[in-house]
Amino acid sequence: MLKYLFAKNEDIPAGSAAVFFGFSAIIWFVIGTGLGSFNAAKLAFPDFVTGNIYFAFGHMRQVHVMAVIFGWISMAFAMAMMYITPALGNTKLWSEKLGLWNCLLWNVGLTLGLTVLWAGITSGREYSDFPWPVDLYLAFFVFIPLAVNVWMTILNRRTQGIYTTNWFFAAAVFMVIIVFLVGNSPEFFHLTGLTEAYLTWWFAHNVLGLWITPVAAAIAYYTIPKVTGNPLYSHRIGHLHFWSVVVFYSTPAAHHLMSAPLPEWLKSFASVEGVLILVPAIAFVSNIMLTMKGKWHMFVENIEVRFTITGCLMAIPLNMQGGFQQTRAINWYIHGTGWIVAHAHLALLGFSTFLEAAAVYLGLQTIMKRKLYSLTLANMHFWLLLIGFSIYWVSMTIAGLIQGAGKIYEVPYIDVVIAEHPYMIARWIGGTLVFTGNVLWLYNMWMTARKGTEVPEGRMPHELGYER
Amino acid sequence: MAGFREYKVGSRLFALAFGGSMTITLFFPSINIASVSSTDVALSKQLAVGHETGFNLEDPFLQGKNKPVVVALKADPKTGQPLADAISVFVYQPGTTFPAGILHPRILGQGIEQLSVEQGHITDAQKAYGAVFTVSKGTYQGKEFSFIDNLTATKGWMPADVMHAAKDEDISHAGAGKTYFVREGCWWCHTLLPEQTQDWQVFGAPPMLGDFNGESPTAFGSDRKAPDLMHVGSRNSSKEWLMMHFFNPRLVQPHSIMPRFDYLWGEKDASGNKIDYDKWRAEYDDYREGKRVSPPEVPAYASDSEIRSLIDFMLSLK
Repeated sequence: MLKYLFAKNEDIPAGSAAVFFGFSAIIWFVIGTGLGSFNAAKLAFPDFVTGNIYFAFGHMRQVHVMAVIFGWISMAFAMAMMYITPALGNTKLWSEKLGLWNCLLWNVGLTLGLTVLWAGITSGREYSDFPWPVDLYLAFFVFIPLAVNVWMTILNRRTQGIYTTNWFFAAAVFMVIIVFLVGNSPEFFHLTGLTEAYLTWWFAHNVLGLWITPVAAAIAYYTIPKVTGNPLYSHRIGHLHFWSVVVFYSTPAAHHLMSAPLPEWLKSFASVEGVLILVPAIAFVSNIMLTMKGKWHMFVENIEVRFTITGCLMAIPLNMQGGFQQTRAINWYIHGTGWIVAHAHLALLGFSTFLEAAAVYLGLQTIMKRKLYSLTLANMHFWLLLIGFSIYWVSMTIAGLIQGAGKIYEVPYIDVVIAEHPYMIARWIGGTLVFTGNVLWLYNMWMTARKGTEVPEGRMPHELGYER
Repeated sequence: MAGFREYKVGSRLFALAFGGSMTITLFFPSINIASVSSTDVALSKQLAVGHETGFNLEDPFLQGKNKPVVVALKADPKTGQPLADAISVFVYQPGTTFPAGILHPRILGQGIEQLSVEQGHITDAQKAYGAVFTVSKGTYQGKEFSFIDNLTATKGWMPADVMHAAKDEDISHAGAGKTYFVREGCWWCHTLLPEQTQDWQVFGAPPMLGDFNGESPTAFGSDRKAPDLMHVGSRNSSKEWLMMHFFNPRLVQPHSIMPRFDYLWGEKDASGNKIDYDKWRAEYDDYREGKRVSPPEVPAYASDSEIRSLIDFMLSLK
């Protein structure tokens, strides 16, 4: 990869940027989930690696979160954009060279950002923990170059219309820049008090709602029709999905602060808009499920379809939780408990990760023209992820309900900690399974690059049988 | 270039939809929030904590630099005359950045702003000379308000005078403590926001709209795995308990899952002796395994250690 950084754009093979992004994403996924497993161990066994400032839980928790969001998830998005956007425009990526530099600077910036966070150099704001110089770096050397590449590729397309996936890509890369610059403004301009508190959650909500959710869904709009060969069930439902994301998903930021002193109208408004998130969610899930018509055997046989459909199915409980848990009727009980931690993992490790993993599997095989090295390893990856995640989600949901009950029945806090202990161990086991699965995945993709059977010109990888 | 010719309507609708939601979620709340007046809590909190406790260029490594101290003053530092009532003053040594309320009195709110500027002379405070502030009461247009009083301007008390008169036990490093609270990630488990449930009866009153003016970061926390700390200083004000709990929480609460923060003691203890952590941990392990009857003594912390500031911050959370 690195040898192409100073090559002429025309001399760089198509897909180089996507491959660079793809492997970077998998490596960050291994790192991010490894840190998650380590952190979970500390919650289950508080004296595990103790008395060292650099391995303290409070220094490492945010490194895990930022590594999976801006390393794994966002880089997998970039990988998908680098190969899906040109494919859908019947053209080449506008600049492979920009893509390669984008990926290099992304890895450098993220490494720098996570290192300073690890050292305790933090803005102290959840999800926007990076100090503001790192935020500026990410905006100007990560997201703006990515947006330029995606937008120029779409503008230079050789098709008349723009396919659904590319609407989402184009809108999301634009919105994430706005979210980054506005959401971090308390740090740039030293805004204080409730403004700071509100903007923290404005950022946290919108980075999920206007970046992670729509891009993950956009990927499914590509992978399912592409692999199954069925056309997308409905372009119109796609429209409904897109417009309801822009209108409804961009407004409920304040529902993260339902118990904080914010203007009441703002909380009520956010809460109603929060329920309306069900509109894009139902549109998306039904559209994908109906696209599968007649091809459900691929849910069993094909690894990309299996990952994508599992992710889509997880969007159902995700949005049912998300839509209703933020209403006052439910929020007072579960706010700030493990229930929310479980929900966040359902969004990022359940729904979103499964869709991106499919895109990375499909993309790396397609670009490298190599059949997946081992179906067995891929199956193990799938099941370790699914079982590990399920253990995590179930145990944290139960722990959250215990905490909620403890909160309202005035149980002494330490009794809640004691009651949660078994679930903390289960959470660590679940997280460790996910980490193990990802190590297998990295090995599998590496072997695919080196030893995978060559896919003949004009063929898709899924048309070939698996060999191992 | 195919461009967006056929997407004119779509592009404009997008601008309308996205612009509309930004107006409702950013512009409208900003009008509301900007009109919130500071409560007494917000005034004393921002004076105690100073300008910024997250990353900032004056203290990039979050070492508790560039912070004020709070001094409980019993006598006039210039004349030595005893004061009728002991007062809390907030001492900004020369070069220390003032909090947002001093730099931008507008955020204090109607009445408080005018009193702080006209009677409290806060706009006369200069970073190069430092300043001593307190919270006083005054009336503006017939209503009583608390306001920020710049004692350096109104009484001529210089930071050095106050520090000279103060004894170490009268000084609180709560501002530096808040920095460590942020750096060590205490807020990943301990919220600073009792919720609107029966929580109130255990963890105390929830905060009010104006309790946060001038504070950054607010560090409410969202993932509560431990008791809320907003009023912890009222529930438990024992320095000895806090000291043991920070050094190894399992000394006072066997089921606690809190990490040990013994590393905040630094190299040396209160009497200047080097702290032998390995020895302490070995002895503690022996105690856990039943080879010792009692756990080893927790070393007394030095007065300039990080843990001292963090405990001062805990005690300031009334």
